[in-house]
Amino acid sequence: MKKEMESTVKNICRDSGNDKIHLLDILRRVQNQFGCVSDEAIDLIAKSLNIPRVDVESTVTFYSFLSKEPKGQIVIRLCNDIIDRMNGYDKVAKAFREELGIDFGETTKDGKISLENTPCIGMCDQAPAALVNGEVVTYLSTDRAREIVKILRLTGNPKKLVQRLGDGNNAHELVKSMVQNNIRRAGEVVFSLAESQPNIALEKALAMSPVEVINEVKTARLRGRGGAGFPTGMKWEFTRAANGDKKYIICNADEGEPGTFKDRVLLTELPDRIFEGMTIAGYAIGAEEGIMYLRGEYEYLYNFLEATLEKRRKDGLLGKNVMGKKEFNFDIRIQLGAGAYICGEETALISSCEGFRGDPKNRPPFPAQRGFLGYPSCINNVETFCAVLSILDKGAGWFAELGSRGSAGTKVLSVSGDCQSPGIYEYPFGITIKKLLKDVGAEDAMAVQVGGASGQMIGEKDYDRIICFDDLATGGSIMIFGPQRNILEVVDYFMEFFIEESCGYCTPCRVGNVVLRNYLQKIISGKGEPSDLDFLQKLGENIKAASRCGLGQTSPNPILSTLKNFHPVYAAMVREETEGLQPTFDIQAALRDSEAITGRKSVLFIH
Amino acid sequence: MDKPKIATAALTGCFGCHMSILDIDDRILKLIELVDFNKSPINDIKEFTTRCRIGIVEGACATEENVEVLKDFRKHCDTLIALGDCAVMGGINAMRNTIPLKECLEEAYLNGPSVYNPEKKIPGDREIPLLLDRVYTCSEVVKIDFKLPGCPPSADTIWTALVALLENRPLELPYELIKYD
Amino acid sequence: MNDKISFIIDDREIKAKKGQTILAAAQEAGIYIPRLCSKEGLSPFGSCRVCTVLVNGRAQASCTQPVAQGIVVENSSEKVFQIRKQIIEMLFIEGNHFCMFCEKSGNCELQALAYRFGILAPSLPFMFPEKDIDASHPDVFIDRNRCVLCGRCVRASRELDGKHVFQFVGRGPERRIAVNASADLKNTELESSDKAVEICPVGAIIRKRVGFKIPVGKRLYDHEPIGSDIEKACT
Repeated sequence: MKKEMESTVKNICRDSGNDKIHLLDILRRVQNQFGCVSDEAIDLIAKSLNIPRVDVESTVTFYSFLSKEPKGQIVIRLCNDIIDRMNGYDKVAKAFREELGIDFGETTKDGKISLENTPCIGMCDQAPAALVNGEVVTYLSTDRAREIVKILRLTGNPKKLVQRLGDGNNAHELVKSMVQNNIRRAGEVVFSLAESQPNIALEKALAMSPVEVINEVKTARLRGRGGAGFPTGMKWEFTRAANGDKKYIICNADEGEPGTFKDRVLLTELPDRIFEGMTIAGYAIGAEEGIMYLRGEYEYLYNFLEATLEKRRKDGLLGKNVMGKKEFNFDIRIQLGAGAYICGEETALISSCEGFRGDPKNRPPFPAQRGFLGYPSCINNVETFCAVLSILDKGAGWFAELGSRGSAGTKVLSVSGDCQSPGIYEYPFGITIKKLLKDVGAEDAMAVQVGGASGQMIGEKDYDRIICFDDLATGGSIMIFGPQRNILEVVDYFMEFFIEESCGYCTPCRVGNVVLRNYLQKIISGKGEPSDLDFLQKLGENIKAASRCGLGQTSPNPILSTLKNFHPVYAAMVREETEGLQPTFDIQAALRDSEAITGRKSVLFIH
Repeated sequence: MDKPKIATAALTGCFGCHMSILDIDDRILKLIELVDFNKSPINDIKEFTTRCRIGIVEGACATEENVEVLKDFRKHCDTLIALGDCAVMGGINAMRNTIPLKECLEEAYLNGPSVYNPEKKIPGDREIPLLLDRVYTCSEVVKIDFKLPGCPPSADTIWTALVALLENRPLELPYELIKYD
Repeated sequence: MNDKISFIIDDREIKAKKGQTILAAAQEAGIYIPRLCSKEGLSPFGSCRVCTVLVNGRAQASCTQPVAQGIVVENSSEKVFQIRKQIIEMLFIEGNHFCMFCEKSGNCELQALAYRFGILAPSLPFMFPEKDIDASHPDVFIDRNRCVLCGRCVRASRELDGKHVFQFVGRGPERRIAVNASADLKNTELESSDKAVEICPVGAIIRKRVGFKIPVGKRLYDHEPIGSDIEKACT
């Protein structure tokens, strides 16, 4: 067995050229093969790649899909994000536990099945959902959960769980998943691509000079669709202008923001066009290589995407002299992630592409100056590449006219939660929340979380505000909460999420978020005092200010935005306590152990 | 006019902070002019006989009796000072906070290398206060107004702080008087 | 020359070399910016965030942020003070810092920072986490109760000692320093004379048998706040 492992691990490393850049791929394969990356495997990998073993361990312990402890041959990862919780997560979780006879974090005695929780897997429109190894199972019920366990026990094959295929390319030979697209509103920019002829935009671009392409994107006033909204043309210009022997274009397909799933649909329906967009961007910035960083949760799309790339290579749309354009050589590879929200942050994404743990990097230097392997790199969102195509297809002027002031074009929204029609909606920027709520069937919404966990929660008084970069900015996530929901529980979930997903590099995010959540829970349990609200506010502001990357700079938002927009909810939970014991000190609980050990009751605190 | 009253108590700890109070040397004569001592081991008054301006508590909160004393102090004192590292952060006592209570007691009464305990029983006598599941800092149990760190805080630290409080001045300690050891 | 630039820090205009960090430029001008993970001779890391300053109103870590012509830096405003103070408190409550018996007490940079900030006690609740100690090495031990995850040992071992003894593992609150061995510190190539040992700002990495040698009153920070040497150097 040991010998066998040794040769297998060595072969896996050799397949990747014993190159440490591919450490994450190697670790994924070892994990899949052996159910863990054991200490022995770590030693073997370190030796093959000629790197310190502690560096390998560092990467293994960072990603939630990798583990040093043995996992079952099949791992069920039940999504426990807030939308899934609202859609019956608890009952489904109970059914899985009972049917498997194990708790979350455990593996069945026969070593076959492990049960785990996972944050948002990009299926909020068909929650509750789970990943079974790579397969996605959606619309879970208790019956379905029990059935899944039975099928897995019987066949040992997660593929057998897919009984009815989803729509569109979800039914494609190479995808064969039960995922539904749920495209509810196709807009002018992104989903109109389904009707336009492929590679016309690329042809147009290649007929222009790279600078002209960049100018076209600038004229269109395109801003990044990931949420931050940095002008795309400027980003390209910076990367093009930066000194470097090589340059890289990277597609950020690591959508991990809770409540976001639009990239899932774009990757399913428009992969060829996304790669076309990346090719144009590569041409514009002077890159010969592109990387698509695909979140590990979307592994089920991997083969399909690879096949799409292969076809483009065959058609001369990738490789040497793309579309016959002399001296424009460009190819794309896909880097799979392994379960880490932080890797959506562009410098963490680069760390991950380099095979390291996904710690963000210090800025400056910015990726445009020194990115992947130190070369100038440009990272764009999946949707941004789609927008580029429409700009080249239909003209920068046409695009710039769409949307609102400062926010040209459309935005693809992922709508989930308490509404009649969760799914994908593409609107020109400038749509009010009120209009959106009407369209999705959620006019009684009590609260809307705009921009995912890191965004902000707004209430009715703000429903006239508009979605755009200068008002309510969002990478696409819109989560709707009906009047029956407990706001503070939602906020508590988001804080739990950030604590789980923080890389722990910097103090304010690593420690501060834990403190924030402890105080929030104190308030939720009715033990809070008015001064705690002030404390939450100040601590939240400090974490935002002092944190190193976007995660910590936004993680207090759920608390800060609800303190602002739902203050009465907090105020109703706190009261002044001056005399006696601290409300958080529970004397009975504190004495329980002692009473059990000594076999007598307290005489001072009789209960 | 009545002098302000002071009470002191030692919870779980070594009594070193009280020794440090006595270390103010001849200033103790001035202190007696400034204040009256009520409940305190210094004068052996066991119960509060009046409301006090300042309560000084040393030691960590590790037993049910400690909780009772803290509660009593909070009830009878306008201002409560946690004196010394044990009161402020649990001190050496808090080293047990990462070990389950049962293991601590078994080590102390059953398994420790120097233990002689033929009955093989962990004492549960009613006279012995029950231990809490872990060691708490004073401010985890009741509201604390001021914390003075140090193991023990120096006599100068205690004196400076007390005089400031008695004179209703803000508590500002010079650099050399803030020490955690 | 034209590679000199000038910027404002706390109402004072100072000159700096292009590419210098704000922290380094301030230090040359005799202005101390509190820091923990930053150490001369090591690459900038930016993890502790104690050196946070406001640059044109925006918080930045001065140990990684380069100077730029005309920027206005706040190093001693109330806002900056409060941010730093809270970060220092976070580091205290996150670990188990028993100063009363720590070998590093009096020479500890975390403790010294707390003194400088006049912190009598953290206002945040203590977490009392469970951390482990590795005393396997004959000459050095690691006490993770005291570790502040500044990464100085990680960098020093690589950049100064030419080894790879330390690295971070885990993420979020589980992040910790691991050693380059499947077992313990004794299985690494660490030597007592390694720079990675002495560079620890707190008592997390300690040479055995030399603790408490310096008497109270003669330790680094017994009489003067940390940073005093920098502040005195230019006056």
